[in-house]
Amino acid sequence: MLAYVIRRVFAGVIMLIVMSIVTFALFFASPIDQESFICGKNCSAAQKKETAAAMGYDDSFINQWSDFAKGVVAGRDFPDDPKLRETAPQTIVRCEAPCLGYSRERGDTVTNLIKDTFPVSFSLAVAAFVLWMAGGILFGVLAALKKGMLIDRGVVGLSLIGFAFPTFFVGLLLYKFVAIQWGLTEIPRYTSIAEGGIGGWLSGLTLPAITLCLFFMAAYVRMTRSYVIESFQEDYVRTARAKGLPERTVTFKHALRAALTPIVTMAGLDFAGLMGGAIITESVFNYPGMGKLAVLASTDFDLPTTVGLVILLAGFVIAANIVVDLLYAVIDPRVRLG
Amino acid sequence: MSTTSPSTASTAATRPGPLLSVRELQVHFPTQDGLVKAVDGLTFDLEAGKTLGIVGESGSGKSVSSMAIMGLHRGTNAQVSGEIELAGVNLLDISADEMRRKRGRDVSMIFQDPLSAMHPYYTVGNQIAEAYRVHHSVSRKIAKQRAVEMLDRVGIPTPEKRVNDYPHQFSGGMRQRAMIAMGLINDPGLLIADEPTTALDVTVQAQILDLLQDLQREFNSAVIIITHDLGVVAEMADDVLVMYAGRAVEHGPCKEILTHPEMPYTWGLLSSVPDLSGDTGARLVPIPGNPPSLLNPPSGCAFHPRCPHRDKVPGDLCRTELPLLVPGERGGHHTKRCHLPNPDAIYATEVLPEIAPDLAVERAKEL
Repeated sequence: MLAYVIRRVFAGVIMLIVMSIVTFALFFASPIDQESFICGKNCSAAQKKETAAAMGYDDSFINQWSDFAKGVVAGRDFPDDPKLRETAPQTIVRCEAPCLGYSRERGDTVTNLIKDTFPVSFSLAVAAFVLWMAGGILFGVLAALKKGMLIDRGVVGLSLIGFAFPTFFVGLLLYKFVAIQWGLTEIPRYTSIAEGGIGGWLSGLTLPAITLCLFFMAAYVRMTRSYVIESFQEDYVRTARAKGLPERTVTFKHALRAALTPIVTMAGLDFAGLMGGAIITESVFNYPGMGKLAVLASTDFDLPTTVGLVILLAGFVIAANIVVDLLYAVIDPRVRLG
Repeated sequence: MSTTSPSTASTAATRPGPLLSVRELQVHFPTQDGLVKAVDGLTFDLEAGKTLGIVGESGSGKSVSSMAIMGLHRGTNAQVSGEIELAGVNLLDISADEMRRKRGRDVSMIFQDPLSAMHPYYTVGNQIAEAYRVHHSVSRKIAKQRAVEMLDRVGIPTPEKRVNDYPHQFSGGMRQRAMIAMGLINDPGLLIADEPTTALDVTVQAQILDLLQDLQREFNSAVIIITHDLGVVAEMADDVLVMYAGRAVEHGPCKEILTHPEMPYTWGLLSSVPDLSGDTGARLVPIPGNPPSLLNPPSGCAFHPRCPHRDKVPGDLCRTELPLLVPGERGGHHTKRCHLPNPDAIYATEVLPEIAPDLAVERAKEL
């Protein structure tokens, strides 16, 4: 078991390294010329060259990437110039390991940027996750039990609507009517628990979390419904009935238990994807999370921030994959020994 | 079995008449294409401690009728009518909850494929104990103890260890033993075994059948064994019921049906059984054609399109008129649903020489 985990983590680290190389390479291959981006329109060729040298952009791809990798392991200084360290140490920013780079546009290390934005995205992800799992499984089972009846059709129809409407549209609708026009909730604004307590945190989260969860809930309702219907066809459900178990036990102990396995797998991966930031929801509600940061970084051509976010998100997804696989062994005893 | 509460098997023994009495059972499924008559007018009796073998091809209504006895068609769109009387109670009259409480306690069932019939996520012991706890308010510990006892009784080695295993850790034969333990843990008066050996290795099949017979004697249960294997019937059954297209086509004591069958479909089933000890010159004759569609069953006798002997019946009777289930030529409790005149002689002179020449010679001497 331990050997398995070590092997998986090792493979994950290699995958992360490859991801970082690919992200770097994409920026190198892009037609935008970074030094004139920084230096401005009226830059002479000489000035441009000077800028490139100062920023380290004239270095080879390999060197730039290995500087980045060194920063992750040992931390680095920005700018990494021994002369400057002696003459003007106050202008140097020390970025401690794991250093994902320094964003010149934002005037801060990427690590700090992530530290600021991660709690926002994480809060949103957790709130949406709880809502969509509870709602998805509940309505999914309900629809499966009432298969073909009015309730089933209603639930399936509503989830189709939830699935079809784009998130930005639902978000704007809720924002405009629920928060502004009808004043049912406060204007959604991120409040940390330290700042506003659990109540403040929750009330700030309500609308964005609902917006974010709708899409997922629709998918999970349909998924749960079809898996539960499928497992009702299984022979072991017939056995459970033949024992004389009440229908409640047949449904929840026997049918739902088997249907949960694929749902948990999907849920783990979806949750990991969301921890990296819900781009649209955060933009609509002006939530200062990682999704919004990612949008700004890519429009500003902010390479360090973008690379940092990509790698972090990749890390979440890889970690979630490992966790889900381990969880599988907990849920399904057939995997445990095999 | 001293720990169980008074069972129906013992109450049934004091009550006159058969333990199970099925009268004109019909199970119909309305579908978009029309009404599927999966079982159409099935009637039989079964005494406590006796075994009935129900034989037929796939789709002949064997499993559907046993599911009806278990009340497992409730909650589906199946239309079940007729009468299923178990120990004096008509199972079709009682409420869903009363039926549920009988399931597993008064009548239980073991299934064809024990791997898919057991829940993969729960231990064997948990599943067996669950069957006990539904009908007895005892602690988990006592129920588990009962499960260990039952596993021991069905011949699982070191049951106190294996009780914590999952179904996939058992072999096929052991899984079926565990299913039998689950079926008998409440000491039911009636046990339905739906093709209990079909999914097993041949070497294991005999062990399972022996076990079933032993337990039947010990528990004095009535057993319905559903199979398409006449070898299983010959070994186990007191009575045989041959089904075709949802109807009984021949019914009688096992020995009588196997030695003096009167319905060409039964002949077909017998011809399809290879005989290892018999003459190597014997032929294996398959029944031509396919089982009929239950949506559009053939007119008259449902077997007539496949029957090689229909030209021996005068007129167009086989095609136009459904034969009644009437006593056979040799009397007794043997009934058959066939227009064919003097079938016993036809069997002895035409069918038997093909499939078992040595037996045919003996029979010819008798005649």
